[in-house]
Amino acid sequence: MKSAKFDHQRMVTLEEAVAALGSADGEARIMGGGQSLGPMMNLRLAQPDLLIDLSRVGGLDGIEVAGDTIRIGARVTHARIEDGAVPGVTGAYMQFVASGISYRSVRNRGTIGGSVAHADPSADWPSALLALGGDVVIAGQDGERRMPLDGFQIGPFATGLGFEEILTGFELPTLGEGAKCGYYKVNRKPGEFADAIGAVVIGSAPRVVCGATEAAPFRVVAAEERLAAGAAEISVADARDMIAAQDPGFDDYDLQIHAVALSRAVGRAFA
Amino acid sequence: MTELTLKINGEDVTADVEPRLSLADFVRDHRRLTGTHLGCEHGVCGACTVLMNGEPVRSCITFAVAADGTEITTIEGFDDDDPMTMLRQAFHENHALQCGYCTPGMLVAARDIVTRLPDADEDRVRLELAGNLCRCTGYVGIVNAILSVIEKRQA
Repeated sequence: MKSAKFDHQRMVTLEEAVAALGSADGEARIMGGGQSLGPMMNLRLAQPDLLIDLSRVGGLDGIEVAGDTIRIGARVTHARIEDGAVPGVTGAYMQFVASGISYRSVRNRGTIGGSVAHADPSADWPSALLALGGDVVIAGQDGERRMPLDGFQIGPFATGLGFEEILTGFELPTLGEGAKCGYYKVNRKPGEFADAIGAVVIGSAPRVVCGATEAAPFRVVAAEERLAAGAAEISVADARDMIAAQDPGFDDYDLQIHAVALSRAVGRAFA
Repeated sequence: MTELTLKINGEDVTADVEPRLSLADFVRDHRRLTGTHLGCEHGVCGACTVLMNGEPVRSCITFAVAADGTEITTIEGFDDDDPMTMLRQAFHENHALQCGYCTPGMLVAARDIVTRLPDADEDRVRLELAGNLCRCTGYVGIVNAILSVIEKRQA
């Protein structure tokens, strides 16, 4: 239960960190708060040769509203979001999601960017942010680029990030006062990784996400159409059919708990 | 090896450590502060909880090198801390420990609850304690101890 050996480089600038990724000999991993990677290294599920530490890099922990977009730095911790650092309706939704991530002593160090870049399918932010929509901001050798959250995660622990790129933040929509949000996580004990996630955000158009799958979280098209047509609830039986129609490869139990999560998330959105 | 400078329980410390050394192993094996306990070593049980810059963190999944430049408080560093003095007495009075293995982390988490959530009720205290496993007491004594301190601090 101790990590395998690795080299550690503490970065001061983002450019330096991108360069370190490019020149690394062997597998290099970026570390923010280390609350997902740390346990995986202790369990030796991850054995990077080099850890590139972003904790000193400036400019990654800001939260600012610019018109209809909220920019959130990758290194913003779950605890800050839980304490209400993100404003408005978007912030209230994110506050609820953050409060259910692991435990306070983990939320104090774990970061939103780290969670999305790590891309554990059972983690909260990959599903919760996909329901919000918006962009991921990425730094690489050619400067900054953006990728939509739609399609960013391509599988378990796999994203659209290139080998020499670093996730630096998010540009998320500022939801209006009339927007509705619901999030429901199935797990046996508060704070655990989810067995199933349902996430619903109804802003300019409904976005419904089925998460904690064995691959990437996905949008449930039929559920979005139903809500767009004015429905204010989705039964578990209907949610089962809607999810099954997208062929996620669930067994009966998985299908049931994901349908329950989706149905209850819709219920919370309209509560 | 990587150089590390930090403050532990008010004392300035400089050390040369292997990057893979956890903060928990650093305080226990290098500083002989064995009050911090290691249970699961992957962030689930909470026995290793310490304060970093005043906030509780898991020292088993925080590498020592990541604590460079921070102030760490282990269970040995709370002698003159008012909330902790009250919690120590309350844990004693409410039989909030049996074997004591979880107690150092439990106390650090309890201090966070009573200071951050001064109005917490029993449900909230139990929710917050989800991150600290106790396999002896069944939590009744621990919850009562924390609630009694919250009540005293409100008076």
